[in-house]
Amino acid sequence: MIKAAINVLATPVYSFSIFIALFYLALKRIDIVGTKKFGLGLLIFTLVVFGWMVADPIFFSIISLPDNIPIIILNALVFWSTWYALYKGHQNDLRIEAGEPPIEGTPENREKVWAWPNLVYTELFCGIICTVFLIVWAIFFKAPLEEPANPTWAPNPAKAPWYFLGLQEMLVYFDPWMAGVVLPGIIVVGLIAIPFLDINPKGNGYYTFKERKFAISSFLFGWLALWVYLIQVGTFLRGPNWTFYGPFEFWDFHKVVAENNINLSEIVWIKFFNRALPKNIFVREMFGLVATFGYLFGLIPLITKKWGKSYLERMGSIRYYIMLFLVLSMMSLPIKMYLRWFFNLKYILAMPEFELNL
Amino acid sequence: MSDEAKTSLNRREFFSFLAVGWITFGAATAGLASLVFRFLYPNVVFEPAMDFIAGAPDDYPDGVDERWKNGFGVWIYKKDGRLVAMSNICTHLGCIPTWLPAESKFKCPCHGSGYYPNGINFEGPAPRPLERFKIFRNPEGKIIVDKTKVFRYEKGEWNNDGAYIEV
Repeated sequence: MIKAAINVLATPVYSFSIFIALFYLALKRIDIVGTKKFGLGLLIFTLVVFGWMVADPIFFSIISLPDNIPIIILNALVFWSTWYALYKGHQNDLRIEAGEPPIEGTPENREKVWAWPNLVYTELFCGIICTVFLIVWAIFFKAPLEEPANPTWAPNPAKAPWYFLGLQEMLVYFDPWMAGVVLPGIIVVGLIAIPFLDINPKGNGYYTFKERKFAISSFLFGWLALWVYLIQVGTFLRGPNWTFYGPFEFWDFHKVVAENNINLSEIVWIKFFNRALPKNIFVREMFGLVATFGYLFGLIPLITKKWGKSYLERMGSIRYYIMLFLVLSMMSLPIKMYLRWFFNLKYILAMPEFELNL
Repeated sequence: MSDEAKTSLNRREFFSFLAVGWITFGAATAGLASLVFRFLYPNVVFEPAMDFIAGAPDDYPDGVDERWKNGFGVWIYKKDGRLVAMSNICTHLGCIPTWLPAESKFKCPCHGSGYYPNGINFEGPAPRPLERFKIFRNPEGKIIVDKTKVFRYEKGEWNNDGAYIEV
C-alpha cells in the first residue's frame, strides 16, 4: 500500500515537484535546516527509511548493482556536504547578525600556517586513503564483463556511466544537439565563467548563506535538482526501454506507457486551428520561433525590471546579461520537463529538416 | 694547414649544422606522425558490406522482418504491397531500438523513443522517423538493399524511386 503510493510519487512529475518544494522550503527555513538537531534527525529518518526500502527485494536488486553503488556513495556525500555548508553558513549568519565576525574570521582562526607540512601531509594522507578505498572496491566489485561490442545490438536498458546518467535523462526531453552538445557546453563554460561573473567579495574565506542567497540557491538548484536528481532517476528509476519504474516496481519488459509526444506546431495548427501543417517550415514553426526568441530575449527586460535592478548596478551590464543568459538556459530544462509531462510536448521548435529541434 | 684543433664554428657552419638538425628532427616527427595516421586505418575492417542480396520478395510475410538486423542493421517491412528496408539506428542519438512484436512498435533502450512498424516516430524524444535504404530488384528478381543511399521522411523522399519496391 505505502509501496504502491511511493511508486506513484516517484514518477518524475511528482518527485521533481516534491523535490523542488522541499528545496525551496529548506533554503527558506535555513534557521531550522542549519541546526545540528535537524541534521541528526534527518540522518536518522533517512537511515530508517533507507533500511526499510532495502528490505524490499526489488529495490535491493536495483541498488546492489555494482554500477549503482557509486550513486549511493554520491548521495551520502552530497547529503552531508550540502547540509554541512548550510549549517556552517547559518552559524556565521547568526554571528554576523549579532555583530561578531564569522568563525573563520576570529583572531585564533586567522593565524596562518605553512602549506608544508600542514596541507601537503593532509593531501598525501587523503591520497593514500582514496587509493586503498579504490583497490578494496576493485577487489570486491567486479566490472561487468560482457560479450564483444555489436554495432547492431544495444543492451536494454542501455545506460551511460553513472556520472552521465543526468545527461542521459536530460536527453529524454531534448534533441541530441541541445542536450548532448549545447547545454553541456553551456554548463562547462558557465561554471568556468562563475568567478568572473560573481564579483561579490562577501563569503570569501568563510561560510555564509544570507550574504549570498542568490548565488548559493541558484547553484544548488542546478546541482541538486537538475544534476543529482536526474542521476537518481536515470540510475534507479529507468528500466527496460527507458520506461519509468517505481523503486518497488518489477522491471516488466512489457510495461506499456502511453506517451504520444507531439510538437508545438502540431498542437497549434492541428488541435487549435483544425487544419493541416503549412508546407513552409518557417510558417509551420512560427509559434515555436516566437516562443523561443520571446523566452531568450523578451523575458530579459521583465526580469530586470522586477528583480534585476540591483544586480545590474552591482555587476555591470555585460556580467549581468551573461548571467541572465546562463540562468535562462538552466531554467529551460525544468520548463521543458514540465511541458513534456503536462502537454506531451516533444519540441517547441521542430525543424528536423535542419537538424534543429528545441 | 695548421695543426690547431678547431674549437669554434664560423657563422656558415653553424647554420648548416642547424639546418641539418632541424631537417632530421622534422623528418623524424613526420615519420612518426605518418605511422600514427596509418594506425588509424585498420588493415581489415570487420564491418558488413554496404549492400547485400536480401532474397526474394515472397520470402517476407507482412509486417516487420528482423532477419537482416543482426548482420546488416536493416529491418525489412512489408505492408500494402510495398516492401521497404529500414535503418535500425534511432534518429535521436543513434542507439539500436528493439522490435517489440507484442506492442507492435520499435522502442529505443537509450532514451525511450518509440516508432510505429513503418518507422514513424511517435513517442519519446526522436525528432524524425527511421531512415530507409535504397532497395531494388536485380535482373534475377532478387532484392538488393543498398545502404549507401538513404531516404528521409521529413524531406518527403519515401515515395521516391528506389525507396520501396512493389510486391
